[in-house]
Amino acid sequence: MSHPQRAVIAALATAAALTLSACGGGFTSASNTPAASQSANTNPISVLIGSSGDAETTSVKAAVAAWSTKSGIQAEVKVASDLTQQATQGFAGGKPDDVLYVSTDQLAGWAKNGSLEAYGDQLSNKSDFYPGLVKAFTYDDKFYCAPKDFSTLALVINKSMWADAGLTEADVPTTWDQLSAVAKKLTKGKRVGLAFGPEIQRVGVFMAQAGGGLLSADGKAQADAQANVDALTYVKGMLNDGSAAFSSDLGAGWGGEAFGKKMAAMVIEGNWITGAMTSTYPNVEYTVAELPAGVQKGTLQYTNCWGISADGDNKAAAISLVEFLTTTDQQLTFAKDFGVMPSVQSASAQYKTDNPTMVPFINGAEYAQNLPSMAGAADVIKEFNSQLAGLKSKDPKAILDDTQKNLQAIVG
Amino acid sequence: MTTTQGLARATPAPAQGRGRRSLGNAQAGAGWLFVLPMVVVLGLFLFLPVVMAAWVSVSDWSGRGAPWGGNVNFVGSKNYVDVLGGQGLAARDFGTAIRNNLYYVILVVPLQTVLSLLLAFMVNKRALRGKSFYRTAFYFPSVTSSVAITVLWLFLFSASGAVNAFLGWFSIQGPNWFADPRGVIHIMLGGGDGPAALQEPALFGISGWEWLAGPSVAMCAFILMAIFTTSGTFMLLFLAALQAIGEETEEAAMVDGASAWQRFWYVTLPMLRPTVFTVITLGLIGTWQVFDQIYTGTQGGPSKTTLTPAYLSYDAAFLSGDWGRGAAIAFVLFGIIVLFTILQRLILGGGDNTGTDRRAQRAEKRARTRAAAQTGGVA
Repeated sequence: MSHPQRAVIAALATAAALTLSACGGGFTSASNTPAASQSANTNPISVLIGSSGDAETTSVKAAVAAWSTKSGIQAEVKVASDLTQQATQGFAGGKPDDVLYVSTDQLAGWAKNGSLEAYGDQLSNKSDFYPGLVKAFTYDDKFYCAPKDFSTLALVINKSMWADAGLTEADVPTTWDQLSAVAKKLTKGKRVGLAFGPEIQRVGVFMAQAGGGLLSADGKAQADAQANVDALTYVKGMLNDGSAAFSSDLGAGWGGEAFGKKMAAMVIEGNWITGAMTSTYPNVEYTVAELPAGVQKGTLQYTNCWGISADGDNKAAAISLVEFLTTTDQQLTFAKDFGVMPSVQSASAQYKTDNPTMVPFINGAEYAQNLPSMAGAADVIKEFNSQLAGLKSKDPKAILDDTQKNLQAIVG
Repeated sequence: MTTTQGLARATPAPAQGRGRRSLGNAQAGAGWLFVLPMVVVLGLFLFLPVVMAAWVSVSDWSGRGAPWGGNVNFVGSKNYVDVLGGQGLAARDFGTAIRNNLYYVILVVPLQTVLSLLLAFMVNKRALRGKSFYRTAFYFPSVTSSVAITVLWLFLFSASGAVNAFLGWFSIQGPNWFADPRGVIHIMLGGGDGPAALQEPALFGISGWEWLAGPSVAMCAFILMAIFTTSGTFMLLFLAALQAIGEETEEAAMVDGASAWQRFWYVTLPMLRPTVFTVITLGLIGTWQVFDQIYTGTQGGPSKTTLTPAYLSYDAAFLSGDWGRGAAIAFVLFGIIVLFTILQRLILGGGDNTGTDRRAQRAEKRARTRAAAQTGGVA
């Protein structure tokens, strides 16, 4: 705006990236082939990560350095400020980083255009990963990349507000009716009983609990299923009777902020909230419970994987690095260092012992759903979220019908 | 003009036309040599990328390897049709972005032009104390990074921010600015779903009722910000133009008995017309390209009411990996800007360079060139 020529440049940023990519492309194909055919490939490895903070950066760097010492292959960790964009530029330029964080949202696009190597089946610890996570990183029937760690959503409860409302441990809700009841009891003045973000990434848990979800088990679009209508109608009811609110309507950036600032007594959030509570709101005492069930138990899970670039020039080393990073011990170290949950089942028991408060989160792995992640799904979800923000006054059926139409355009 | 004359005079007159031409060629060669660095830079960093983006906009390039590689196919106008026609999500997103940006332009351009003119008048007053302080103060937002100002704005306009605290003094419950997707026209009409006649999808798959929503409350915060930051820049342009108008003009008008308002409306403003034209043109271009505020501030939310074509283009290409659509949106946006600039030129008559003036200028130029050539030949 204040820079008249800025947008011309922005509009052509695409093209600018391409020009540079043209130069890069030539070099790669020239140096790539001979290196790959050698038996002892010692080409250095670069790892691109999107870090949540210093704790994660330090921990990943230490782990990669340990592998480097063991294998004798140089490895460098780069922290991206905008991971998607930096990775995209690497793929376009033909010189991508060898190993990188890949979100479920990005998987389909990058798998489809051939940027990622489908190495999942070559992993020695393949069967140890939670099946739901393997499914999240399976595209076109190929297991693309090893789940790095994962998160699920659970119900986070403010202990003192809970006690003040005269509730005990026996009152922790296990059904929707109970959830409504305690939310009402916990609503007081400007404070609401329950808060969550205005997005399917949170509200979707109710759809899962109602036995719905955007996709059916066989991958068909079913946004307009009755179960989903029931779920949104239930949520709408709570929003309108004032016992629940979207975190944004409370003036908070996310559920954790609403919870930490005591605007809500309960929130639906992922296990990352524990980090924020410790660092930003250490005075708020809380407890975590599994989400209540509708017709079934339901939650959502989020995960990233260690993607390996198809154009990398030392893929064997990259796979060995990923195997090292996903071992039970290493995952437990990551869990301790920056609060993630291990993606392998063999780490589960030890993790539960080490982190008793996190048990409800990791229990969610048994029944957690993945959000749709096929190419174009991100746009459909964005559109759904944009309508969800107005759920209070909108007809749930209309929102879901519209989503069904958009979803059908990309499924099948 | 002057250069041609000067050169023609300085060169010893060659006896024949042929000699003159070869000398001209040598000079042309030297000329090209001097401009070569710039031609290369422009070609490499401007022209070539534009051509590549144009190619991407009609291809199915997926973002891996160079876009002219073997597995990239020509798909014709598919990307443009996706964006401009039909009822699909891509078309609706684009329609929403155009609607949002249109309200932004309609509100920002006139307001910032009027405000900057006003500011320029104020700081141009001889009687004003602390003139340079005000000049600096008004210009300050323009030199501050727009990202910094956006972050500042996010704090000021947060639900419990300074703006709402201020409104609270007057017992006004301020909206939750950046989270409020309601359109202001909808709010004024009392909300609801609007008449049935406006429910059907219209232009770009957006219903008539949605087109009439007006800027959302969130967009209004951005509109205020744009006016706040850019009026300083344009104030500077107006100030320069005002200072170029001699005091005697004003005095002459006074002698003729014109009131202050008449002097402004009939004397000063017409003399400022070229500047008004410049300011509106720059304003139109800038407002259609709004990107950084959206990228730092809301990423298009709430409910896509701050989505703009420039941001949508970025989002489609870099985040969704839909490069063809992203490039197509960029070109459509380019077309829109050109269209609006032409329209505005027709309406305002192009400042001081009106058609007749230009024709007269060209005629004069030709006459002078001929005259120069003749003098050169004779001397």
